Amino acid sequence: MATAAPADMDLPPHFIGAMTDAADWLVVVPVALALAGAGLLVMLRGRVGLQAWLAALVTFAIAVSNGFLLARVLAEGPVAMTMGRWLPPFGITFAVDALGAVFALTTSLVMLAVMIYAPLELDFRKRTFGFYPLMLLLLCGVSGAFLTGDLFNLYVWFEVMLIASFGLLVMGGAPIQLDAAIKYGFLNILATTIFLIATAYTYGLTGTLNMADLLTATAEAPLPALVTAGALFIVAFGVKAAAFPGNAWLPASYHAPMVAVSAVFGALLTKVGVYALIRLFMHVMPSAGDVLNPAIAAVAVLTLITAPLGAIAATNLRRAVGFFVIGGVGMILAGLALGNQQGLAGAAVYAVHSMLAMAALYLAAGLVERMTGTTDTRRMGGVYAQSPLLSAAFILLVFAVSGLPPFLSLWSKILLLQGGVSAGDWIVVAAILLNAILTIIAASRLWAHVFWRSGHEGEGSERPNPDIRPLDRNESRVGLGALAVLMVLIMALGLFPDALIAAGQTAAADLLDPQRYVGAVFAEVPQP
Amino acid sequence: METALSVLVALFFAAAVYLLLSRSVIRMLLGMVVLGNGVNLLIFTLGRISGSTPPIVPWNASAPLEGAANPLPQALILTAIVIGFALFAFMLVLAYRAYKALGTDDTGAMRVAEPEQSPRPPLSY
Repeated sequence: MATAAPADMDLPPHFIGAMTDAADWLVVVPVALALAGAGLLVMLRGRVGLQAWLAALVTFAIAVSNGFLLARVLAEGPVAMTMGRWLPPFGITFAVDALGAVFALTTSLVMLAVMIYAPLELDFRKRTFGFYPLMLLLLCGVSGAFLTGDLFNLYVWFEVMLIASFGLLVMGGAPIQLDAAIKYGFLNILATTIFLIATAYTYGLTGTLNMADLLTATAEAPLPALVTAGALFIVAFGVKAAAFPGNAWLPASYHAPMVAVSAVFGALLTKVGVYALIRLFMHVMPSAGDVLNPAIAAVAVLTLITAPLGAIAATNLRRAVGFFVIGGVGMILAGLALGNQQGLAGAAVYAVHSMLAMAALYLAAGLVERMTGTTDTRRMGGVYAQSPLLSAAFILLVFAVSGLPPFLSLWSKILLLQGGVSAGDWIVVAAILLNAILTIIAASRLWAHVFWRSGHEGEGSERPNPDIRPLDRNESRVGLGALAVLMVLIMALGLFPDALIAAGQTAAADLLDPQRYVGAVFAEVPQP
Repeated sequence: METALSVLVALFFAAAVYLLLSRSVIRMLLGMVVLGNGVNLLIFTLGRISGSTPPIVPWNASAPLEGAANPLPQALILTAIVIGFALFAFMLVLAYRAYKALGTDDTGAMRVAEPEQSPRPPLSY
């Protein structure tokens, strides 16, 4: 572990004397790899054949380093490093606890599966217009948001993510994508601007932006002013996470881009917003979090109930999946609203389930759209006869999102319900159960309409769908292969959830008692 | 000085909200620019207007002089300006492309992604 500069060295006392240990650099490796990989792919934009392989290789390396990071965090507790030889809180700190490490690892695995699927949709133009560099930049932004320990740095990663997502959203330039990008763009820029306003207030109140330092600084700040900043953070991250009153942009945009892009957006972007809310109200300003808890609980309950209703009403397959994404956000927010050990552990485990299952659902929806040539669930039908494998994967996903055994969402919902019962928060418990019932109605209706029914809606729906075609060789190899990667992860984590639940419990314990996190950040600062 | 700047920030925010409530994409873009500048001014004000001494640490000292300007808000604002400019440039091109493709700059009339005559939900089962 590095130490402060000794007296005989020509360095100010706020500098680290020795180099940071090489092992501690592990915290920044995922972000650095993604950024360097994106730059390299931009330089190699002419070498179209090379792009997919290099991008997959970089993503794989990121997944491996995230795996090592998680193993280290689980074994030794939170890991931190501070940039530029400054001692914290002066330098920009990267710090990761079990929550951030689990999310970062899941992120890179989802990205890897989507990278397998992506070649199905890419023509020469899209490859040369930077699909793979933008995907890596998006991964860079998401990983940075999960690993950073500095509030303003978090804002920067949000913007990296936003800019990459703009490029991916409009790639192809169809009118529906431009329309979606206008709605997505304005509301998300507005949300990040509000985030910046709240960050400015926090800085004005405390004089620091380092999250570990803010924990002590916010305890001394005047509470009413802090609650104002906290309320702005709820608005900002609530919109980013697509929580109930601020989620109009998600159903308006997530069905417009390529399927691979939909899958990455649905799996990752909303989770970053939720993660920021958890980090903020558990770590950075717990006192404001206590005051604002009823607001978070109300947002969570309303999101849980309204989202599956939207899914029932949707006739566009990927729009319906978008409403499931919103429902998952409500579930994680419910864990934050409960704010106890079981609730937070349940939220962490549920987030992992949601990332994997939403990506898989979008990929399956994309394959169905290719087979039926439409996005309208009323004109689909008869997929079961054409591709039993895809149908089996989809029914398993229906069970997984609804929380039937033996899938991961069941275990996380049990944790959440335990947390709700021990907190005596019966409204949240009722909302979680109601969400489960509505979600199973919505998801099984999708299965019945798209897969089970032989033909179009209306008269003669029993006649076979004339527009359907089976998956061709490439589609079943690449598309079903990518789906299989996610399905294996979902099944394995559902059947053997112990390790993940233990990691979730560690994450929750570190959130409730942040001393280990603060200790890791300030390990290098000499104690007076 | 802080009070005057606070009032100015409030005026910026009010103008930005007014412009953002418009349906015309170009007005909304202008609202974004005004909002971004308002936020930059807010960060500057919240860093406290502490003095005009440059925040340079003198030789053989380990802290800047008393009354030095706060350098951190300037670094934050610089970052925010760069990001805001990039996003504005993108949104401007997007607004132009959307106008060409959709034939309107009225966000209320952009209904390709969410059709106006929304079909009824599937009724069977």
